[in-house]
Amino acid sequence: MNPENLKYNESHEWVGLTSENGQQVAVVGITDFAIQQLTDLVYMELPKIGAQVVQGQQFGEVESVKAVSPLYSPVTGKVVAVHSELADQLEGLASDPYDNGWLIKVEMAAGATIDNLLDYAAYQKQCAS
Amino acid sequence: MTESSQTTESSFRQTPLTQWHIARGARLAEFAGYQMPIQYSSIVPEHLATRTGAGLFDISHMARLRLEGPRSGLLLDHLLTRRVTDLQVGQVRYSLMCNAEGGILDDVLVSYLESPSGQQYHLLVVNAGNHAKISKWLQPHLADYPDVACHDVTASTAMIALQGPKAVEIIQRLFPENPGRMPRLKYYRATVALQMGKPAIVSRTGYTGEDGFEIIVRAEDAVRVWENLLMAGREFGIEPVGLGARDTLRLEAGMPLYGHELSEQIDPITAGLSFAVNFKDRSFIGDEALLAKSQQKPLVQRVGLKLTGRRAAREGATVLDTDNREIGQVTSGTFSPTLQTPIAMAYISAEMAKVGTAVVVDIRGSKADAEIVALPFYKANAQ
Repeated sequence: MNPENLKYNESHEWVGLTSENGQQVAVVGITDFAIQQLTDLVYMELPKIGAQVVQGQQFGEVESVKAVSPLYSPVTGKVVAVHSELADQLEGLASDPYDNGWLIKVEMAAGATIDNLLDYAAYQKQCAS
Repeated sequence: MTESSQTTESSFRQTPLTQWHIARGARLAEFAGYQMPIQYSSIVPEHLATRTGAGLFDISHMARLRLEGPRSGLLLDHLLTRRVTDLQVGQVRYSLMCNAEGGILDDVLVSYLESPSGQQYHLLVVNAGNHAKISKWLQPHLADYPDVACHDVTASTAMIALQGPKAVEIIQRLFPENPGRMPRLKYYRATVALQMGKPAIVSRTGYTGEDGFEIIVRAEDAVRVWENLLMAGREFGIEPVGLGARDTLRLEAGMPLYGHELSEQIDPITAGLSFAVNFKDRSFIGDEALLAKSQQKPLVQRVGLKLTGRRAAREGATVLDTDNREIGQVTSGTFSPTLQTPIAMAYISAEMAKVGTAVVVDIRGSKADAEIVALPFYKANAQ
């Protein structure tokens, strides 16, 4: 996905809307900047298919040699896909965080929005500050 | 995700190398009141460089106290769990400083050295986080020994650790007029030398489980010595290493860290450091409490844990037996870069502390199977 078309949490998760089999899904990942900050990733805990996630609330965690960091959902809805193979390919996450590095796909709840999140320019500005 | 804030200017104390670390782009954080490098690239490559070639560490935050006077050894003998008065010039000894209850105030290195002018003195290296506490603890004892002077040389010097299998080849290049001198220095020995005409204290000690040296130089010589070591080590793959990898390295080596495995609530016997307590024909602060401890069966013991899966058990994680009963707590843990598995140190009930015992660690609500293993987790081949 093109990072310029995504929306962002201040806590460095991205979300993009796409269409799969005629259904709109929200794809969630973490940013390049976050991966560079974390370094030495060893583990990622992700929810199961069917789990409910809520915008701003924790949905998983990412662990580096140094520390554990919570992952906060940028969107509210039901998890419809989980990138579980990622746990064994964390080294590869850094090279492709916006496509092959997706974490979960979410079917958004009725009325849920991502319009309140940062856009690319605002997120870039936050990272630069 | 939350990200730690990063500043290059702060009110924290700096070492003589802090500006070098900033210029190098290291990630800095506050540690024991100092602005210290946590990592330059990242923990894993810095860790592996130390295991395979060499790592260079700024450990200038460690406190350095020089005790001079004919009775400096007697004074330290009274304060430390090991005898000091029998040290020969050039010997280094690991010891503990305890309170009267046997609680650990700090773990320290004592070197007995002779200055170029022929004056003998003791050098005490103290944990950065205990600097103020130990200085204060020493005060009344120094008053009892008016002929002993204590000079805090922490700010006027820098301390650099060169660690790894290639450390010996690298350090000899800094002493070209006598290249065999440092390789001949034995483990836990120290010497006062001239490096480019400037004074340096070199000891064969470290905190990584590798062969290596710790070097104390004047603050104004620190950057030059640091850069010379990096230059000399280039062909051996030397890397500057931050406190992040210093922690993973010492953990693999099974070495305790004050504030984690050691505290005033823990005594040396429980901590598995009986080798550093000597009672014979001497008395020291805490000896009665420790003698009593050493004659009882310990209730808890420090152990190593190897976990299944990839999640690390961090400080504070609960250790359970296979029937889900709480038996102890993790004091430090990480994902071991060398062993590629999560490792931890913990205090657990002595009856469960046998190597090979299967246990369970509660990692933020999810359970990981673990096994009690012998310490250290990692041992260098040639030491």
